[in-house]
Amino acid sequence: MSELLTLSAVETHIGRYHILHGVDLAVPEGATTMLLGRNGAGKTTALRTIMGLWRASAGEIRFGGSRIEARPTPDIARAGIGYVPETMAVFSDLTVKENLVLAAREGAMDESRLGWIFGFFPPLKTFWLSRAGTLSGGQKQMLSFARAIIEPRRLLLIDEPTKGLAPAIIGALIDCLAEVKRRGATILLVEQNFRVAQEIGDSVSVMDDGRIVHTSAMAELARDGALQHRLLGLSLGAHQ
Amino acid sequence: MSVDTGIEPGAALPKARGDYLPLLLPVALALAALPFVPVSTWFTLTVAGLAMGMMIFVMASGLTLIFGLMDVLNFGHGAFIAIGAYVATLVLLPLGGWMQADSIWLNLAALLSAIVAAMAVTAVIGLAFERILIVPVYGQHLKQILITMGGMIVAEQLLYALFGPQQIPLALPTSLRGSFLIGDAAIEKYRVVAVLVGLVVFVTMLLILNRTKIGLLIRAGVENGEMVEALGYRIRRLFVGVFMAGSALAGLGGVMWGLYREQVNASMGGELLVLVFIVVIIGGLGSVTGCFIGALLVALLQNYIGFLVPKLSLISDILLMVAVLLWRPRGLYPVTSR
Repeated sequence: MSELLTLSAVETHIGRYHILHGVDLAVPEGATTMLLGRNGAGKTTALRTIMGLWRASAGEIRFGGSRIEARPTPDIARAGIGYVPETMAVFSDLTVKENLVLAAREGAMDESRLGWIFGFFPPLKTFWLSRAGTLSGGQKQMLSFARAIIEPRRLLLIDEPTKGLAPAIIGALIDCLAEVKRRGATILLVEQNFRVAQEIGDSVSVMDDGRIVHTSAMAELARDGALQHRLLGLSLGAHQ
Repeated sequence: MSVDTGIEPGAALPKARGDYLPLLLPVALALAALPFVPVSTWFTLTVAGLAMGMMIFVMASGLTLIFGLMDVLNFGHGAFIAIGAYVATLVLLPLGGWMQADSIWLNLAALLSAIVAAMAVTAVIGLAFERILIVPVYGQHLKQILITMGGMIVAEQLLYALFGPQQIPLALPTSLRGSFLIGDAAIEKYRVVAVLVGLVVFVTMLLILNRTKIGLLIRAGVENGEMVEALGYRIRRLFVGVFMAGSALAGLGGVMWGLYREQVNASMGGELLVLVFIVVIIGGLGSVTGCFIGALLVALLQNYIGFLVPKLSLISDILLMVAVLLWRPRGLYPVTSR
């Protein structure tokens, strides 16, 4: 399996803080790669650096073979990367419809794709003309996710999509992720919920203190309780 | 798996509850003044307030968009007001014959020429102002205040150097002089035109903001520019376009104000800037509708207070701002979280 995205010795500074200390990461095409780690390990910074929202101060980021670390964020997005930030970042003053119209860069929204999204997230249809600011947290997450997939993207960067959500909504998100992956998208997913990570991840990289400290198949980490405990301070058993 | 919300998809779509209370404030203010003023005077004062409010709105609308979208405190905005007015005087000088003619069409042709020239010149100067002065200080409010104040002073002094310190007359065209008489009330023709122009600008801005993709991008960019970029849009270009449009609107406001006062001077921009900032703060940063309501409130109150308690009119704007901020600390219709 070829690699769609690679990070080589990537360093990121935010002001005077040195956050990423030489991250090496490979995301295989067509797979779901989980990026795990304790709070403050640098996972969100890694995603934001890939998107160009924070600039890499050293190292190399390649997407589809081309270097992107010096390109502006809009160009990186237009290369085929969708981003779902941890904060969801829906436009509160815009309606659900307007949020999706903006996300559909290439022109009018594809009705059949919209119907497919409504199948996973019916509230988006129900609240189609409501301001996004009036939605619940779960509905905002659905909208943020729908915005990233309203048009096909080669790579999806998703930052903690299940945080604080009800189990039913998490289930819908997992189903949607599986379908998006089946349609050929590659996914790099930051997740704190190990059960979710185990369910949808093909491979896993674990971060600690701004570095990748472990990379393996997801199933391998899920089997090894001691390794989980050492890397993440938890065991799968505690989450069941 | 999909999520059950208990609501039938597609059925009666619930909408956000509208916040209409601020829209009623100008009406409430006008009605509150009615018992204290003779009806004909009240009518004259109200139309004068509406006209003044529309002119202030035209000047302030650009500033609120610039602050909302770009997070730039542009204290140089007043320079574009003065430059617009001076460009109008330059254009109307050779068109004096058209301005004095009895034909309304020649009058309007002269005025339109002045307005188009003023807006074009201020838009281009706005582009240079943004590229040279603003770009190096994005995200640094203190430096923005200093450098844009500096830009304002330089522009003002250049106007003094080029045109001298004296007031320059800017006469109204023949067909806009005089008043309509409605009962005992005299309504100046130009004020009616100013109201109409202000309304056209307001409706056009609302249509652009709400019915076009550019408008969507501006509204989204005011709220979260970073996410707009992450969706693949080059918001920097949008910034430049909005800055140019905001400067052009200030230029238009300058022409309207110059014709209203029938004179222009180099310090008019600085004098109006305080009023413009008060309106932007009352309206809520980044909100065009809030700016519109704020401008009407400020102008109506100034006219009523000026008639009833002249000494109080000097501080009526500040009192209004304090009252609004006590009620809504982020202004009437805040858009940004800043």
